[in-house]
Amino acid sequence: MNIYQLLKSYNVKPESSDTYVTRRDAFAKLANFGKKAVMASVPLSLAAAKGNKATAKSMGLSNPVDVLNFALTLEYLEAQFYREGCSCNVIPEGRDRAIFNIIERHEFDHVKLLIPVIESLGGEPVKQPEFDFTAGGAFRPFSDYAQFLALSQAFEDTGVRAYKGQAANLMSNGDLLTAALQIHSVEARHASEVRRLRGIKGWITGDERGEGMPAATQAVYEGEDNLMQGGVDVRDVVTLDSIGTDGITESFDEPLTSDEVLTIAGLFIV
Amino acid sequence: MLKKTKERDAKLAAHRNGSRRSFLKYGGATVAATGLVLAGCDPLEDLFPEDEREAALSRVVELLRGDTGVLNYALVLEQLEAAFYIEVVDNPYSGISEEEFIIMRDLRDHEIVHRDFLKAALGQSAIPTLTFDFSSIDFTSRDSVLNASKTFEDLGVAAYNGAGRLLKSPDLLLIAGKIVSVEGRHAAAIRSILDEDPQSFAGDDIIDANGLDRAFDPETVLKAAAPFIINEINANELIGLLK
Repeated sequence: MNIYQLLKSYNVKPESSDTYVTRRDAFAKLANFGKKAVMASVPLSLAAAKGNKATAKSMGLSNPVDVLNFALTLEYLEAQFYREGCSCNVIPEGRDRAIFNIIERHEFDHVKLLIPVIESLGGEPVKQPEFDFTAGGAFRPFSDYAQFLALSQAFEDTGVRAYKGQAANLMSNGDLLTAALQIHSVEARHASEVRRLRGIKGWITGDERGEGMPAATQAVYEGEDNLMQGGVDVRDVVTLDSIGTDGITESFDEPLTSDEVLTIAGLFIV
Repeated sequence: MLKKTKERDAKLAAHRNGSRRSFLKYGGATVAATGLVLAGCDPLEDLFPEDEREAALSRVVELLRGDTGVLNYALVLEQLEAAFYIEVVDNPYSGISEEEFIIMRDLRDHEIVHRDFLKAALGQSAIPTLTFDFSSIDFTSRDSVLNASKTFEDLGVAAYNGAGRLLKSPDLLLIAGKIVSVEGRHAAAIRSILDEDPQSFAGDDIIDANGLDRAFDPETVLKAAAPFIINEINANELIGLLK
């Protein structure tokens, strides 16, 4: 389908509209109140971990229980988002509804899996925070399908980056690491599907958030334009000339630190 | 006779060390000017007459141990995927849509990037260029091509998911993570254009009741890939990591 027809059918507002400005303004506040909100609602152990300087290795968290509670917080957010979306009429019947039904189920499966795993490690699973998916009135995801899709894409792409960033912190426990990777690739499948449902590619080109995404969701895509992997400038080793920087950046998904993820998620935590 | 054999051995060695030569090539024109680059770039078929090629192929490809072995294992799969999509894009199946062609071309590009990156990262330790057998795939048939693609992408995801725990270096684990989610994005897209079931992109055939994707050990993956790979691959040291 033509991307512009698709966007029109989803009633995506042009940049200059009031709705858009409102949303953008809301996101501009992200750095201020988002962080504050999340600091108030994440468990103490996580908040303490946030104080650590993120290193290439740790990406912010070092204790497996903290990593899993961080993951659980994200899964709560996604599960609740899809539960509310699927229980109102915002998602069109048919294909779209079927897609979000299974995504919803997976996010709940992840919540149900993580809680006993955290307990088995002697940790205390975080309670589900209270979410506000309007982000203080900036969004109407449960009455505007285009906004629902945009937030879904942002959450899934964030989820992929979040798990990736924590993988190294689970290396001491092979089973935990493997399970985290198994969730990670499910989030990637979700992200691909939601992106394609929005009429864009399933993979991320450069640091582009993609057509129709609010400018304020850019934080989700910062750094995705990285061309250096393991000290190698990938441009120097690719043997097919027609592959440019777009193809290279699409080939590698980049991580986010726990701090960066909580800043994004914090916008939706009351 | 002996001299001839030695020459061919040298050629094979040069071929095996192609990664280093290729890598050097990118270092600048100086190296290229010495002519070192040539041997490493030729496909195996061009270097050897048929019987010699057989002999070369009969030599077991060693994945080696440790993180090198894990990366070489990944390189086997990336070579396989890249070779497959190069064929698909060169000879698109009949009735391919514009959207599907773009997906195939993107996937080809991504797998080439993965392949070339891993080869460069491994340097002299990289496995040689493998030879593949895609005779079971009908490249003129959409169904055949997309089903093969689905198999390869799902297998790639399961392979990286299972291999993460074998890596010792957190930096390499991160890089593997950067690649596996792209394979997951591919798998979902292929399933989405191939299968009628709208939930197939993360369907119950591939995601378990805990919401987990598959994770396979190298033995399982290489067995599944074996029908497509002519070379014999020795992954014993890698498989030993799990025991």
